[in-house]
Amino acid sequence: MAGKTLYDKIWDAHVVEDYGDDTALIYIDRQLIHEVTSPQAFEGLKLAGRQPWRLAANLAVPDHNVPTRNRENIEDPVSRLQLQTLDQNCTDFGITKIEMLDRRQGIVHVIGPEQGACLPGMTIVCGDSHTSTNGALGALAFGIGTSEVEHALATQTLILRKAKNMRVTVRGHVGTGITAKDIMLAIIGKIGTAGATGYTMEFAGEAIQDLSMEGRMTVCNMSIEAGGRAGLVAVDDRTIDYVKGRPMAPSGELWDQAAAAWRELVSDADAVFDKEVVLDAEDIQPQVTWGTSPEMVVPVGACVPDPADEADTSKREGMQHALKYMALEAGTPITDIKLDKIFIGSCTNARIEDLRAAAAVVRGNRIAVNIKEAMVVPGSGLVKWQAEKEGLDKIFQDAGFQWRDPGCSMCLGMNPDRLSPGERCASTSNRNFEGRQGAGGRTHLVSPAMAAAAAIAGHFVDVRKFVEENTEAAAL
Amino acid sequence: MEPFKTFTGLVAPIDRSNVDTDAIIPKQYLKSIYRTGFGPNLFDDWRYLDPGEPGDDHSKRRLNPDFVLNQPRYQGAGILLARKNFGCGSSREHAVWALTDYGFRAAIAPSFADIFYSNSFKNGFLPVQLPEQVVDTLFQQVHANEGYRLTVDLENQQVITQAGDSHAFEIDAGLKDRLLRGLDDIGVTLTEAADAIRRYEAKRTQQAPWLFPDRQA
Ligand code: SF4
Repeated sequence: MAGKTLYDKIWDAHVVEDYGDDTALIYIDRQLIHEVTSPQAFEGLKLAGRQPWRLAANLAVPDHNVPTRNRENIEDPVSRLQLQTLDQNCTDFGITKIEMLDRRQGIVHVIGPEQGACLPGMTIVCGDSHTSTNGALGALAFGIGTSEVEHALATQTLILRKAKNMRVTVRGHVGTGITAKDIMLAIIGKIGTAGATGYTMEFAGEAIQDLSMEGRMTVCNMSIEAGGRAGLVAVDDRTIDYVKGRPMAPSGELWDQAAAAWRELVSDADAVFDKEVVLDAEDIQPQVTWGTSPEMVVPVGACVPDPADEADTSKREGMQHALKYMALEAGTPITDIKLDKIFIGSCTNARIEDLRAAAAVVRGNRIAVNIKEAMVVPGSGLVKWQAEKEGLDKIFQDAGFQWRDPGCSMCLGMNPDRLSPGERCASTSNRNFEGRQGAGGRTHLVSPAMAAAAAIAGHFVDVRKFVEENTEAAAL
Repeated sequence: MEPFKTFTGLVAPIDRSNVDTDAIIPKQYLKSIYRTGFGPNLFDDWRYLDPGEPGDDHSKRRLNPDFVLNQPRYQGAGILLARKNFGCGSSREHAVWALTDYGFRAAIAPSFADIFYSNSFKNGFLPVQLPEQVVDTLFQQVHANEGYRLTVDLENQQVITQAGDSHAFEIDAGLKDRLLRGLDDIGVTLTEAADAIRRYEAKRTQQAPWLFPDRQA
């Protein structure tokens, strides 16, 4: 019999009841809760007179609506009510919550691993598709809808259909200046936004092993943009080192026991995947999206593609539509695209290493005159605190960036940070859908270093050349 | 939940692939703490010419005459015809709530994004997957015939045209059964599986005690 994949192992360990037909009642170890997708679930519990099954499995934090400045005074009454509703529900049911003004507050997918609330081998859910971020820990983590939030609260389980297994192997090592974000955008460019629909993706290969835990989180974060509901990376020393000592991680004897068990969280050598995708790391260039879907992506050295070259009618129409929305001409070099705003933040790229990478590019430079606004929004209060300790806030502010408080911010514009119609933004977030960052706004997805370089140049540049030239200039 | 057995309705075509949940219901409406009231904001950015915010009187906003749902022939539509990867993007169940609140009971597409698909079943909304060529034909027919209606028969897993042509679709037996009976998932799990969950927890507390700090003596 063939061995098991990592996904099979975690799945099997969580089956409460097997319903046959690949459907099972699966136990949920951890549920993360935020203000947007939970109110109706709590309301459902109240209406049915039900209590959460296991309080300690839940952890709540506000993030989507939270303003990134002056948060003591939330102007928008609708946002305020939603935040108050989360407070009230957590109080009513006794659920642990990180308060908005707590230093540990941040984007739900950033604080989970940071607090050690998310551990290897767990099943982790949250009413948010980017829950997949936690897959970097070797945990099965995926987004759910509000009815499932209620189901998980009330029963600590979900009725799930097992996904198929996909392995994405990134062979070899990436060149200098190529980040986790570029790797993932290249994967999505290759397989498309529905490429992994129905699959759990396991990311493997040297280039993935080379990544830090934070880089792996960036990759797993965007599994959903490839159509996969969950992404996974096998546990190794880096995983275990990362978890050790986190506030909610086990300690003492339990730690030893846990760490030993976590070492088993790898796919067996003879495991068979339903689908295999292979990329060569050395081919991966810095990536920039040009359209309104994450799969509309090209290397920074390329030009905006021409729909006329696309044989598939529906794809061609999609491209035409996207070009119109993005106000771009086919054939324009990516490096000729001028920007209005720069956003460095989101659950994809707002951890400390992301900010360090951006700061390294920004250091000693000024943002270009055509950039109306450039902002850095740390993923959590602890990331912000760490960055300030390292003086990164100064580097950004000296260059003309705004230094904000943690939250989802301009990733989706549910709070005051957003694009105005027609504005063009280099963003380190994960979605470039129409209107995602504000109605009529135009989003280009890039890595933090690429966003930083674009802020200085005022248009896209290849961050590798940019760094070279700037170091030469500094040396003169 | 309202059971879904057979539904006949006017068909409205949304002729683009990868329609994401941000397009189905834009984020500003996600600030609501209720399950209802999303209908007026279904496809908000495409449907209206001026931007909208929660609390606006949406009946006063300027409609985009080119958008399908604003055309007189599609008023009262109950079945949405769509292209592949419908409902991709954010997990927001609000997307399904907006569709049902507007009056849709079913969507037909070559494929749906995973989370949207499972959210649908929790709300008595049936996502029907048909092969791409069949969906192509349905698009041609709906464009060509005003008042084009389809019947979705869940029991027999068929989509039936007024001319009597029928197209079979696949569906998971468990999901079908729950939808046919309009069952409350949580109620069923608690009645049928509460003991199994407790047994699992007891066993798992032994195997992986670090996952149950709340159960440590
Ligand atoms: S940062 Fe963006 S993608 Fe991440 S949870 Fe917040 S809104 Fe969603």
